[in-house]
Amino acid sequence: MNANGPQQDIGANLTFDRSRPGRRGVEVSRWDGERAESPPSHLLRDNVNLPELSQGELVRYYTRLSTLNFGVDSGSYPLGSCTMKYNPKVNDLVANSPGFSNMHPLAADENVQGTLGILYDLQEALGNITGLPAVGLASAAGAQGEFAGMLMIKRAIEARGELDRRRRVLVPDSAHGTNPATAAMVGFTVTEIPSGPDGCMDPEAFERELDDTVAALMITLPSTLGLWEKGIEDVVKKVHNVGGYVYGDGANLNAILGRIRFGDLGFDVCHLNLHKTFSTPHGGGGPGAGPVCTTNELAHYLPAPVITRSGSAEEPSYALERPSQSIGRMQQFHGNVGVLIRAYTYIRTLGFGGLRETSGTAVLNANYLRTLVEGHYALPYPSRVMHEVVFSGSRQKRDHGIRTYDIAKRIIDMGFHPPTVYFPLIVAEALMMEPTETESREGVEAFAEALIAIAEEAANEPGLLHEAPTTAPIGRLDEATAARRPVLRWQPAGEGAGQPPAEKAPEKDTAGARA
Amino acid sequence: MEFPEELRYTPKDEWVRQQDGEADIGITDYAQDELSDIVFVDLPEPGASFAKGDAFGVIESVKAVSDLYMPVGGEVLARNERLAEEPELVNESPYGDGWLIRVRLADPTELDDLLNAADYQAQLSSD
Repeated sequence: MNANGPQQDIGANLTFDRSRPGRRGVEVSRWDGERAESPPSHLLRDNVNLPELSQGELVRYYTRLSTLNFGVDSGSYPLGSCTMKYNPKVNDLVANSPGFSNMHPLAADENVQGTLGILYDLQEALGNITGLPAVGLASAAGAQGEFAGMLMIKRAIEARGELDRRRRVLVPDSAHGTNPATAAMVGFTVTEIPSGPDGCMDPEAFERELDDTVAALMITLPSTLGLWEKGIEDVVKKVHNVGGYVYGDGANLNAILGRIRFGDLGFDVCHLNLHKTFSTPHGGGGPGAGPVCTTNELAHYLPAPVITRSGSAEEPSYALERPSQSIGRMQQFHGNVGVLIRAYTYIRTLGFGGLRETSGTAVLNANYLRTLVEGHYALPYPSRVMHEVVFSGSRQKRDHGIRTYDIAKRIIDMGFHPPTVYFPLIVAEALMMEPTETESREGVEAFAEALIAIAEEAANEPGLLHEAPTTAPIGRLDEATAARRPVLRWQPAGEGAGQPPAEKAPEKDTAGARA
Repeated sequence: MEFPEELRYTPKDEWVRQQDGEADIGITDYAQDELSDIVFVDLPEPGASFAKGDAFGVIESVKAVSDLYMPVGGEVLARNERLAEEPELVNESPYGDGWLIRVRLADPTELDDLLNAADYQAQLSSD
């Protein structure tokens, strides 16, 4: 690797290290007019220790960093449960057009009728797609949508005068981790329902828990095993029969888009992850959009605002309204409108037929990957899958001392983003793969070939896996030390050489302190 | 992998070492190996009481975050304070320096429900 290679460029060589006193990105012209008063002296600092670089140096630095990123525009990104599909550029073209991007969040409703009209149409579209007609768009992420939806259920139970009694939420052990976390955040207690050998809920364990203390069932459908819950209509009926609600985690909607609707199955509330299923850029923490969809019976609890339409078909009038018994706001203003517009564009581009084809191809790709790779890795639930497939590295661990972690790192060397690892928790050494519909046949085959090659390396050249990744900008990181003894703040060279100064060391969260 | 004869075990991979109405509790060699590098252990304050099967703490590794379950009921007399700074002790010495809590047994007969080393190992190999 030459001196300008990536190893040289990052890590040891931050903007602070490149700083030279007096260097400037822009020259601010001298001001000869009246001077404002200085801020009070206690707010002034002598040395703020900001890096000083020329504009060119700074642009090159960040441009270089940006080329080290791996995203859906760089290559295959089969991160299970995250639906990292390619995001068509037309979504950005529309969202970035000046009429949307220059809209002010405080603009009066009558001045942003076009945008409100689009958001209204998106509500309608999502209501049609889920079969749950009342929709609130404002939640900014899937987990926030869950939180909104479960708060709505809590309000409904409270209105029935049953909140003292109904405190339990049933959650299958194949659910997204956010499901039990949401139930607990809302103030319910969580009862975990184990999976049977087929990966579906153990029916006896489920029925044992059914009584009038059940507030709701929260179910991820299809599950994190990529499996459809057999007999879901029956499950829904049984929960309703004891007076509970049914919440659907729609993060895996990509498997059933245009084919199965939560509302038709009898669900009361669900959320969608527009950033996954409806192709908007995500990862790295956001932005997202997690609309919540519900029945007309629960519509008055939706988070504010919802968009309403009045007037004639020729001259409609749109307004932001707060539902009569709204749980409140989830997010400032209208939510992440840029994400909502991208999702709307995606829906309009594909149309109903296109959306339906999306889920068909997503499921086909996952099953094609499954059949190509089966035999080379353990497959704990060997049935046909929906949008994703969960393999296990347990055989490699047992026979060759290779962990799933090593396999994931080696996948980086092969030019792919690693799949989700060690999740779901009910699969040992899990490798959770979701190719999505946007991988071509050749793309799925290339990824399968890489996985098979790695399985062979694990048997014959395990050292390659222990050392991986060797082709990435940064080699293998010491994740254990990073978690045990984190250095949370950059320090200038010489002042403790990367270690926080003792007197300023962040107080560590010691055992028990959170209890 | 070691499973000392003198300890009692749970199917959820905790161990108990009993002496004079008190007991030390930790996680097994198998559990620490499955979790891999342990980075944080959250343990209850002495004085807290838990029933058998209650979650008494949380253990976090680079792979996963897991609840810790009481193999037997009792009041917490002490917790392993060293783990706050050295969580890796659980990996290095799961039955020794990596112990988690000491409890006063609420009902010593609960120990009878636990597995001996041979039965625990048999259960592991049947998984």
